[in-house]
Amino acid sequence: MKNVWTVAANTFREAVRDRVLYNLVFFALLMMGTAILVGQISIGIEESVIVSLGLTAISVIGLFIAVFIGVGLVSKEMDKRTLYALLAKPVERWEFLLGKFCGLVMTLTVNTTAMAAGLYLALWTVKHTLERSDAWILVAVYLILLKLALIVALALLFSCFTTPFLAILFTSAIYVAGVFAGDLRRVQGVDINAGAMRLMRGISYLLPNFENFNVMGAVAHGRGVPGGLVGQTTLYAVVYGAVVLAAAAAIFSRRNLK
Amino acid sequence: MSTPAIEIEHLSKEYPYGFLNLKKKKSLEDLSMRVDTGEVFGFLGPNGAGKSTTIKLLMRLIFPERGTARILGKSIDDVSMHRETGYLPEQPYFYDYLTAGELLDYFARFHGLTAADRQTRVQNMLKKVGLETAKKIQLRKYSKGMLQRVGLAQAILHDPQVVILDEPMSGLDPLGRREVRDIILELKKEGRTVLFSTHILSDAEMLCDRVGVIVGGKLRGVGTPGEMVGIKTQGMEILFEVTEGKNLPLLAKATRTGERYRVHMPEEELYGAIEQLRAAGARILAVTQIKPTLEEFFMNLVEEDRAQANAVEVSGK
Repeated sequence: MKNVWTVAANTFREAVRDRVLYNLVFFALLMMGTAILVGQISIGIEESVIVSLGLTAISVIGLFIAVFIGVGLVSKEMDKRTLYALLAKPVERWEFLLGKFCGLVMTLTVNTTAMAAGLYLALWTVKHTLERSDAWILVAVYLILLKLALIVALALLFSCFTTPFLAILFTSAIYVAGVFAGDLRRVQGVDINAGAMRLMRGISYLLPNFENFNVMGAVAHGRGVPGGLVGQTTLYAVVYGAVVLAAAAAIFSRRNLK
Repeated sequence: MSTPAIEIEHLSKEYPYGFLNLKKKKSLEDLSMRVDTGEVFGFLGPNGAGKSTTIKLLMRLIFPERGTARILGKSIDDVSMHRETGYLPEQPYFYDYLTAGELLDYFARFHGLTAADRQTRVQNMLKKVGLETAKKIQLRKYSKGMLQRVGLAQAILHDPQVVILDEPMSGLDPLGRREVRDIILELKKEGRTVLFSTHILSDAEMLCDRVGVIVGGKLRGVGTPGEMVGIKTQGMEILFEVTEGKNLPLLAKATRTGERYRVHMPEEELYGAIEQLRAAGARILAVTQIKPTLEEFFMNLVEEDRAQANAVEVSGK
């Protein structure tokens, strides 16, 4: 695991030096602007507007980083051939892959934590206080982070066997489909034959179900999130992520470099 | 018999091409050879001959269709063989957001070195490859030659027993090439095995105990540079200066360059010619044995290969 940590730490250093964390400036400006505006136009619902907007921004910015940098984790190293010297060291290919994954998840964790702090600051600016129920925001942020980790794993998987452009396309498509996976499972009364329905249900269970990762609505309205849902979603993300990473490692371990 | 440093058995590699990657081009055909411990082995061939393919197969960057290889007795499938192996890729490119010192430290971590050991080795290595003053500059600002030096440093940082260098002289100025040559000779002196690919034949002649020539994916010969080109001389050459107007029969056969004359002759006529020159008061500057060069041997093989390929193409039509 030492090799995994070494690769992860370097991936984090790369993200910092390539100014990935500069997106925080954009987030800070967005939160400040919202805090100023919301106080003037939305009487009584300031908190809910700020929390909704803040969590959405955390999710969207994280998604961009997870997809675009996630796809580049391996493909950029192969294109630039920086991987050659590294794989000639006593490092297993799966260790490299897992290290890259952990490095980007570390980056996303720092980024998301900083944005969550910004969100609390905006909330405090508007309310001049923080309540106990505001702690639910942390649960929402945690679930967003889990979702982003899953997306990084998917981006890594696709970048192991296809071009960066197609990998971005596939990852984005799987994400959008995954958001509606729950709807696909529940669909009824549609006029299609039984075989097609079974196929659709089957596919919906293969897709990552991102429905449970989204608790933004409840948290924005000050409602809590059941502990069971958090535990179940965590387990789901760990198992699904492990399977995706194992598949990526299996493909990458036999991949011919250019 | 001692274990060879590198042992290659029937390695073959094909590359798919075409719209659906259904066609295959043979890049390496049934390559078998060995490199003995402690020798400097030159892998020669024109561009696209299969040199880099062989090296990438050894480093497990690509996978063969058939065949196997061992380094210091360990299968190349065993990742631990990299502990005793150093590798310089062709036209190396490294993480350009790191400085040379950071990059070497990063790579050293995979060899399980302690922080103190890493620091000492990195310093020494930067000094050895002449990058001590540039160690704090990010690699994105390095020239091609400087990157080549960093590449060399990372290849030998962990004191490997076997060093594999893919075109180590590429991109270097004459001074840089000389420094690389010195490093290779130093590695040999320390008893390490060096395999390097090149198409610069003078480097191979100067450095190698043995060379292997590969053309069109096939190994065409292995031996000492002398064995490869044959030891029979093709005659002698005298370089001399003489005052103009002297009645010297040799001048009729000589080629003039500035004030100097150069004349070729069979070995048995050498002493007669020297007597003639002495009698005429000429100043003899050099007497050289003319041998076929590795370059001539190499070019003959390339020509043969091209002729063979053309013949196949014609018969195919």
